[in-house]
Parts: sequence; C-alpha cells; structure tokens
Amino acid sequence: MKKAFEIVDHTADVGIIAYGTNIEELFCNAALALFSLITEPGSIQEKSHLNLRVSSDDRDSLLVEWLNELIYFFDAKHILFNRFDIESLTQNELKATCHGEGFDPMKHKIKRGVKAATYHMLRLDKNNDGYKAQIIFDI
Amino acid sequence: MTQWQGQLIKIDDYRWKIPVSYKTGMRVPGLIYASKEMLESIREEQALEQVVNVAFLPGIVGYSFAMPDIHWGYGFPIGGVAAMDIKNGVISPGGVGYDINCGVRLLSTNLSEAEVRPKINQLINALFHNIPSGLGSEGKIKTSQKEMNQLMVEGARWAVKRGLGFEEDLDVTEEGGCLSGADPSKISDKAVKRGMPQAGTLGSGNHFLEIQVVKEIFDPRTASIMGITEIGQILVLIHTGSRGFGHQICTDHLRVMEQAVSKYEIKLPDRQLACAPIESKEGKDYLAAMACAANYAWVNRQCIAHWVRESFSGIFGKSPEKLGMRQVYDIAHNIAKIEEHAIDGRNVKVCVHRKGATRAFATGHKDIPTRYKEVGQPVLVPGDMGRCSFVAVGTERAMSETFGSTCHGAGRILSRGAAKRSIRGGDVIRELESRGIFVKAENVSSLAEEASQAYKDVTEVINVVHQAGISRKIAMAIPMGVIKG
Repeated sequence: MKKAFEIVDHTADVGIIAYGTNIEELFCNAALALFSLITEPGSIQEKSHLNLRVSSDDRDSLLVEWLNELIYFFDAKHILFNRFDIESLTQNELKATCHGEGFDPMKHKIKRGVKAATYHMLRLDKNNDGYKAQIIFDI
Repeated sequence: MTQWQGQLIKIDDYRWKIPVSYKTGMRVPGLIYASKEMLESIREEQALEQVVNVAFLPGIVGYSFAMPDIHWGYGFPIGGVAAMDIKNGVISPGGVGYDINCGVRLLSTNLSEAEVRPKINQLINALFHNIPSGLGSEGKIKTSQKEMNQLMVEGARWAVKRGLGFEEDLDVTEEGGCLSGADPSKISDKAVKRGMPQAGTLGSGNHFLEIQVVKEIFDPRTASIMGITEIGQILVLIHTGSRGFGHQICTDHLRVMEQAVSKYEIKLPDRQLACAPIESKEGKDYLAAMACAANYAWVNRQCIAHWVRESFSGIFGKSPEKLGMRQVYDIAHNIAKIEEHAIDGRNVKVCVHRKGATRAFATGHKDIPTRYKEVGQPVLVPGDMGRCSFVAVGTERAMSETFGSTCHGAGRILSRGAAKRSIRGGDVIRELESRGIFVKAENVSSLAEEASQAYKDVTEVINVVHQAGISRKIAMAIPMGVIKG
C-alpha cells in the first residue's frame, strides 16, 4: 500500500508530505499527519465528531486553512482527531466530519505542540499517481 | 539540502553584503553579521535567500539585515531585521513571526550559588508546580471576555494592578510592557478562545525558565547598574511569548494579507511574506492586533515572574524584596515597531521588523528607562540550556547601522528531527545533571530537540555583535536549573 504521509525536517520546525490518490484523500492524510506530529494517532478513539466547514481563496490556501482549523480545535478545545470524512471539497470550500476525542493526559502522550500550518514551502502537486502536498508547521 | 551559492562581499571580519545585483527586484542590499566560520553553516540552508526575499519588500530602507543567529524561518529568516518607511512601506506578519512578542525577562537576586545549589531540586520542583506548562495545563489567570479586552490594551500593567509584580517592573520592560494602539476589536473569537486559558503559562517548544549563575562580568560598572554585582550570583531568565493567542492572530492576519497582496499589487518572491502597506486598513488592523498579542505576552511574562518570586520566597522563607528579586529587563524578540531613526541626517519614521532579533538602543535614547539612560538598553541573549546566556547593551553603532537592533539568541543548526534522531531526551537530562544542571520538562522526549548540539554556540553569536560594535557584552551566566514546557 502506498504511504499516506511522511514527516520532513525543517530547521526550527517540522513539515509533512502527504499523499492521496484523489484530493479528498490528500486532505485526510494531511490531517492525519498533523495529528501524528502531535500524538500517537492509534491512541485516539472515535468518541465524538465535529462538522467543519472551511473556506479560502484557492486550493493551496484551503489546505493550510483546513489544518489551521484543526490546530485551533486542538489548541483551544483540546480535541484530538484520527478520522476525517470529507463530504465536499471544491477549489475554495471544504466540508468534513472529523472524529476523535478530548485530550486525556493519562491516555495521550503529547509529542509536541503544533501551533500553526504555514505557507512556507507550501506545495500541492498533481501527477500520474495522484496528489502530493508539503506543509511546514510552526511548533 | 542544497547549499546557498549566492554572492557575499566581505566588508570586514564581521560584515558581509549581498549586493542588489544578486537578484533583480532587490530594493536594498543584504547585510549579514557573521564570522567567516559561521557563514559556512549559515550557507547550509536557505536563510540567506530569505534575506534576499525580504529585500524585495516595498519601502525597505537601508539593508535587509541578518544577525549572526540567523536560521531558516518562514518568509523572513529568524535573526532578520528590516525597516520600512511608514509612508510607502509595508508591514508583514511574517517579519514578526507567529509567536508575537516572544521575548525574555531577566530577574536578579541577592542569592549566591552556594545558597541555592543545595535547594535546586526543591526550587525547580516548586517552579514547575507554580508555573503551568505543556498542553492542557491552563493558566491560573482566569479572565472574562471584558478582562481579556483590558489585558490586551493595558499589557503588563494589567497584571501589576492585580498584585502580580511591582510598578518598578514596568519601568524596566520594553515599552513599559504596553504597546500602544492595541485594539481588541481586531481580534478574532478564535484567538480569544485560544488565548484566554493560556494566559500565564510557559508553553512548549523552545520556551523555558532558567535559574542561572553569573560566571563572568565584562563591564562591572554597567553590570552593577543592572543589579549584577558578583560572580556566583543567581539570576532567573524567563523565555516565552503570546502562546496560541499570538499564533492565531498571525494566522488570521496572514489570510487578510494574502488578499491585500493582490489588492495592492505587491510582487512577492515568497507567499509567506504576505504584507500590506503600513498605512492601509489591512496594515493598521494587523498592527492593532499585533499590539494586543504583544501586550498579552508581557502579561504572560509578568505573571510568570511573579510566580518565580513567590516560589523563591516559599523556599527561602524571605520576601521577594529581601531576596533582591528585581527585574533587570524584559525584551521582545519577535515584533514590529514604529520608531524614529536618523537616515542620511534626517529623522524618518520607520516600521522596524525584528524577527528573532532584539532592540538595542544606545545611551540617552528617549525610550530607555532612566536607570539605563547612561549605559544603554539592556539586551538579553539566551543560549541553549547546556551552555550560557549573555547580557549586553545597545550602542550608537547599532543606532546608525541596524536601526538599533541586534541578535536574540543562539540560533538553531540542527533540525528538530535531526536532533531527535541523534540525541535522546533522557540522555540530555543525565548529561546536564552530571554538569550540575538540573532539568525538569513536561515532555522529556522533546528535550532532545532543544539539546545543546542543536544550537549554535551563543558565545560565537555574541562575539560577532560585540566585535561588530552593534552591542557591547556586559555579563555571562550559566544555567543551574531549567524548566522546559
């Protein structure tokens, strides 16, 4: 099976490269990669869900906004997600249901606090195999 | 990673210029402060290309500067300084950074190493208990929305009014701990929701609290004015910023700036440099929001300093006053400020972006507290937790050359991933302990990312700014106890 994402180094911060056979899968895998930077995704149970709607000017920035929306829920509400159902995805709008649970210090080991998805070295490319995106996070 | 192959012209042993001819579109040259040896590692990544990119920004005056602690950031390099004419220049959130008013505060004490060492474990545990750090820890500062709005406008005074610190602390805080122009109506609900529970917390990443021992005093007269009087004296250094609040403000306004770039037809070599004219609505809105985050960060450091004093007081059974716990200074190292500087003999208002760089004003400047008028503004330069930190002062040369700016710290050389692969968090603790440095961390595995090997030697950084004359080193201290978020 093709890998969903990989972690890449950046001097002061950390980045991800996410893959997807289609654009929806790419957005899901990028979100999974984000939560794998924060904690062990296997430790997150699907106890609740949240419906999100994110909009932006173009698809590249939509990806950044999507991840920033998830970071907001993590940082402000302490919610960890591990599954994402993308219901619709256009050039500038995304609707998704995100599944996960509240952070529990007894259960979830926090690897690092991720504070923002940036535009730095942002790439979203399509090739014969599907989609590939690179995002650097501020941590 | 490919090496940066661009042209560097040597001006002297500590100054290197990137000429405007390097790339079409550069409005000013780049000016790098570094030793020849440091340039080798600086060239290893693309930070110098970022110095070049910053030189493209409309209204930039003089040079696009890089301090010796330069490393790869987003948009701007970390260690970057750029001044923009407020009439035709731009403000860029990327030139401030996500952690708005990330900065450091230094407290002095009248305690000696001999008095503190036997109690270092106890002391670190007390500090760790009293100062919330890490995810999920909520601050002891509970605010209503109304109080949060007051906090954003008032800055450190908001905390002092509530008994968290002394009036004197405000005198020795950059801007008196309150940047004017803060407007809470420019802050999103999201930023408020992230910010409210995090006020008065240390945070994670490279933030820390350190108990230090003075090891060297280079200028005893200036040091004594700062309250640093002898070798072996204990100091406390606090390094934190505006937490999720500042990050959300940066994220929110970058989005606005993205649109402003096309609206004002600004040509940028990097999307992360998104900006707007300083005088535009977008520019003014960002500055008003940035001031809220700056003030939040000063409240944060004010609260933490108060709990540091309480913790020392509890352990040593004396009041903070009796322990001589005076604030030396508090400085921002991620900020943009409207300042007046002399350019070609006339005073010009500029917006100075300092991203991973500190203000370094010379003697007599109107914005320096009375206590330091004769010696220059204190500059606090923390190193990594295994080496040392410096106190310096600003100079006339900084005023005439760098818009009164200098370095802010050590600067990374190893990525977090590379550090983690080669070093283990537990080993870092043991190694430091064997050298008399007691570390307590919320997240032990991430300690490796902050190990000494991941950073440049701050001594080399301070020597460059000292030799180049843009700061003057005053004292050096080494860590004895460290708390990491």
